Amino acid sequence: MTVGLEHFLVLSAVLFSIGLYGALAKRNVVVILICIEIMLNAVNIALVAFSRYGHILTGQVFAIFIMVVAAAEVAIGLAIIIAIYRSRETVDVEKTDLMKW
Amino acid sequence: METGLTIAFWVLAVVSVASALAVVLLRDVFRAALFLVLCFFTVAGIYITLSADFLAVAQILIYVGAVAVLIIFAIMLTREAQRGSPSGRFRLPAFVLAVGFLITMVLVVTGTDWHVIKGIPNEPTTSSLAQTLFNEDGGYVLPFEIAAALLLAALIGAIVLVREK
Repeated sequence: MTVGLEHFLVLSAVLFSIGLYGALAKRNVVVILICIEIMLNAVNIALVAFSRYGHILTGQVFAIFIMVVAAAEVAIGLAIIIAIYRSRETVDVEKTDLMKW
Repeated sequence: METGLTIAFWVLAVVSVASALAVVLLRDVFRAALFLVLCFFTVAGIYITLSADFLAVAQILIYVGAVAVLIIFAIMLTREAQRGSPSGRFRLPAFVLAVGFLITMVLVVTGTDWHVIKGIPNEPTTSSLAQTLFNEDGGYVLPFEIAAALLLAALIGAIVLVREK
């Protein structure tokens, strides 16, 4: 049984679902950020698989830009987490609900 | 060649899904971060099976080298590791939503007739990737410059956010 495009897309969907569950269900902000990274990786797998089986490199170019945005996002996200922890002494999303209506 | 690729894919897929599940299910945040590193490594391996050599190296450099170290630093600085990562109130709806999304995606992926081009992909991809990025007409030079500006803005923003007043 040879590995085809569908195998990579199903793997990507499984990883994305795991990340989605973690991002919605967890209370620790750092874990939520980790799960968002897993989701971005899953999307990258799908893009590279399309690039490989469609013989066009645009998918890999988009994967590079996703990596750039993920790096910027994690730097800003962790800076915000540390700023919140300094002022409120917690990283629990259910306790940092000041801006929630 | 083909069977080796198949075995590599299945091993990498099982390890990556298992480590992602460990990230979500483990209560210890620090161990979850270590399993995240394993997940990043296996995703780099999956890029290699997809013959994307440049992206595999970039994955290890950026995710394992930079993102994982930043996350472990954040876990240490927030001292929330001993409290673990409990699930919130939306655990059951999140589970239902994730499983529903997974079923939908698997049905769509297996039901679609993908237009797959047969043949061996060109390796190595680095030079052809650069030609795609910096093509004279219709390249990605402007997004590339915007990405550089975005990284600079993120750098300055992170410094401003965590600076001692």
